[in-house]
Amino acid sequence: MRLRISLARLAISIVLLVVTTFALAADITGAGATFPYPIYAKWADAYKKATGVRLNYQSIGSGGGIKQIKAKTIDFGASDKPLPLQELHKNNLMQFPTVIGAVVPVVNLDGINAGQIKLTGAVLADIFLGKIKRWNDAAIASLNTAINLPASNIAVVHRADGSGTTFLFTDYLSKVSPEWEAKVGADVSVAWPIGTGGKGNEGVANFVRQIKNSIGYVEAAYVKQSKMNYVVLQSHDGDYVKPTEASYRAAAENTQWDAASGFYEILTYKPGHNSWPITGATFVLMHQFQDNPMHAQEVLKFFQWAYKEGDDMALELDYIPLPDNIVTLIQDSWQENIKDKNGRSIYTMR
Amino acid sequence: MHVNYTNQSNSGAFSLPDKRMAKIHAPSQLKRQLFYDLLFRGATWIFTLIVLILLTGLVVSLVIGSLPAVKAFGFNFLISGEWNPVTEQFGGLVPIIGTLVTSIIALSIGIPISFGIALFLTELSPPWLRQPLGTAIELLAGIPSIIYGMWGLFVFAPLFAKTGQPWLQDTVGQIPGIDFLFAGAFMGIGTLTAGIILAIMVIPFIAAVMRDVFAVVPSMLKESAYASGATTWEVIWHVVIPYTRIGMVGGIMLGLGRALGETMAVTFVIGNAHQLHASLFMPGNSIASALANEFTEADGELYTAALIELGLILFLITFIVLACSKILLLQLRKRDGDIS
Repeated sequence: MRLRISLARLAISIVLLVVTTFALAADITGAGATFPYPIYAKWADAYKKATGVRLNYQSIGSGGGIKQIKAKTIDFGASDKPLPLQELHKNNLMQFPTVIGAVVPVVNLDGINAGQIKLTGAVLADIFLGKIKRWNDAAIASLNTAINLPASNIAVVHRADGSGTTFLFTDYLSKVSPEWEAKVGADVSVAWPIGTGGKGNEGVANFVRQIKNSIGYVEAAYVKQSKMNYVVLQSHDGDYVKPTEASYRAAAENTQWDAASGFYEILTYKPGHNSWPITGATFVLMHQFQDNPMHAQEVLKFFQWAYKEGDDMALELDYIPLPDNIVTLIQDSWQENIKDKNGRSIYTMR
Repeated sequence: MHVNYTNQSNSGAFSLPDKRMAKIHAPSQLKRQLFYDLLFRGATWIFTLIVLILLTGLVVSLVIGSLPAVKAFGFNFLISGEWNPVTEQFGGLVPIIGTLVTSIIALSIGIPISFGIALFLTELSPPWLRQPLGTAIELLAGIPSIIYGMWGLFVFAPLFAKTGQPWLQDTVGQIPGIDFLFAGAFMGIGTLTAGIILAIMVIPFIAAVMRDVFAVVPSMLKESAYASGATTWEVIWHVVIPYTRIGMVGGIMLGLGRALGETMAVTFVIGNAHQLHASLFMPGNSIASALANEFTEADGELYTAALIELGLILFLITFIVLACSKILLLQLRKRDGDIS
């Protein structure tokens, strides 16, 4: 008798499970980069309140996001590193940027406060190459005549885990130093010539805080949150700029986005007097030919809403929203590139 | 409840109340018992088979996953220290050495301390202290490893950089021949710190097993030794240790197993640099830590394969360690057999 009751219960719970799974089917799923996770989560929360549609985003890393979207297990993938056009075509993918972020070098030097120390890209690269070993090296001292630099060794801190932050930082170093480009290159993780690796932004921030005379790099939001001593960097046009919302925006506005190249654009070392040199966008990947047009449409609706309503939320979390003219380009690209099986454009809610 | 005592005298030695006797002897009951017995046997077989199937599946998928890297780098993977995701050149030497070195440090600190703890708890401690101390050690074993990692990073590393590392450099770091092990700046993190944190993590495991095996030494043996005038140390050295050797090796292997595979705690404090340094103060890397750090963002096929090959190597190292301990145990048993 008891067995029969539990069987009945089991049957009911299976039915319930099936029903709820069907109900969930209307939701959209994405996976990938950890860098935009806070803003995607915030947008998703507000979007659910506004429309009732739920976004399930798993921050499993860009590598995982790219693998999952290729395997078609999710509606969209997210990556901090844009895929080159060739690879997009090979997998019938299209990509577009969503928000912009920045990477900031931070130091731990006794008696030196935030924004006091100035560096050029070339000097920064030489420090991370291990060629400049001491803080009072002539190369650093000549840029900072007003402050008293210690004669101690520089302790270099970098990311241990693969990360979009590392990609932007090393891409910048590759652009300003031919030696860096030849010896190390740019990627989400690289063969660091020297230094200690911390796990995540918080790991790097911690090492820099703990190790005297150290230098590292973190996402802009971490500089603010943990009140770290940031470095002033020389911009492409030669001026020294501070890492601020205005300088990140300047970099975004001085970028020529091109939909034809799949928005393949890395925002490092962009022209402009006030452009912060280590800036970058994060990207979303979608299939060009959708087996499930309903889902794709929901994804596009979500990002359309986010571009329109999400700017303040992005700024609150220290991301920079995309300029409006780029959003128009992205919407054109949706219309042109995302289609159902019959070749009809899915994006119709403009 | 009614019990028929009169029956007891009739049935002789086997004495049970009527009703239960009847139940056991009923043929339908017997059949059912037989069926349950078979069912239970079958179930235990299946459970065991599942483990075997899982193990084989894991090994096979590790091998398949690492094939691209094996083909590309071959034997070189084991002796090359280069790890460059940009040029896709991978060699596992740095994490392999890091895993072995941190585990060796952990055991060489952990074994003597665990031994002392276990001896104190079974032989020397006042009886009222045994229970609380024993529980405290078991509790240590239950703390999640990430807590050890964070404690190591936030509390231990700064303290170690300020006091421990300068002291080590001034003392053992002055001995010619091993001075290179303690050279370099005091950063608080690095291979040595990872080894020390691992030691703290394996101590509860080893100490708990050692305490349990020490506790089963028959008190008659110990009492006889004491009675013939042996000191506490002599009793420990000549009675307790020979009697418990096998169990002690088991405990040490348990600790080694944990040290080899530990991920989070090591990641926090080892420094995660793919560089080979002679100094234990410098950052290094371990297999488990490299996997945890790099798997999520590894997008190239070769990169993923190289990481999976590292996983396979860790599996092989663990297997070799287990095999060695089994052989050691066998030989110990044989020798003990010869003596007695």
